[in-house]
Amino acid sequence: MHQEYTVIEGDFVNAGKASSSVKKTLKQLNVEPAIVKRVVVALYEAEVNAIAHAYGGKVLVDIDSDKIKMVVADKGPGIPDIALAMQEGYSTARPEVRDMGFGAGMGLPNMQKNVDKLNVTSEVGVGTTVEMEVNF
Amino acid sequence: MTIREIAKLLDASVCIGENRLDEEVEYGFASDLMSDVLTLKDTPMLITGLCNVQTIRTCDMATLDIIVIVRNKKVTEDMIELAEDNDMVILSCSYSMFKACGLLYEAGIKPLY
Repeated sequence: MHQEYTVIEGDFVNAGKASSSVKKTLKQLNVEPAIVKRVVVALYEAEVNAIAHAYGGKVLVDIDSDKIKMVVADKGPGIPDIALAMQEGYSTARPEVRDMGFGAGMGLPNMQKNVDKLNVTSEVGVGTTVEMEVNF
Repeated sequence: MTIREIAKLLDASVCIGENRLDEEVEYGFASDLMSDVLTLKDTPMLITGLCNVQTIRTCDMATLDIIVIVRNKKVTEDMIELAEDNDMVILSCSYSMFKACGLLYEAGIKPLY
């Protein structure tokens, strides 16, 4: 099953709509609740990142019988140093992002904790792609 | 203690979730930082002063469904709608986070860690 969502820059009101929709789909498919939580928390973190840091992007979701693959690809400033961005507490978030309760430098590390496979690729001035997989 | 008892203790109004007031609550977690909420493995009652639609969305993702808003923040219609769609409870009180947590702790609500 393939699903696609569009993420718009700065659109915090709709942040999490893709994750919310994926949550409903996985529940309908009777995926174990603990796994659903891991999937949607990781996807939500990625979605919030794309809204907070980039100029919008796409969320692509593929659900198979044994796993879910998620790709969040944004057009944005990119991440110059991915290893640094993966460190807990490192953040470049703007004050308005922090006002929404995010921007503590925990997004990428939290994605890592919740998924079975994480791959982050980024090109400065072009954008960032976060690929995640969770096995059922 | 029940959600009804919590509402009474905090002199809180029930914004949504009247149908769940007799449910028991055992654990609480207080934070204004949604990034912290997203790291929880468990599903405690959330006590927070962050009052916007992302508070509700974050709770939905983290499968937390009982939320106490402190510091007399205005719970908006879009928050209530989203909470209603997900069968959540929102209580709103005028107490500070410190006072609300103190009263809840004294009444037996346990911390996660």
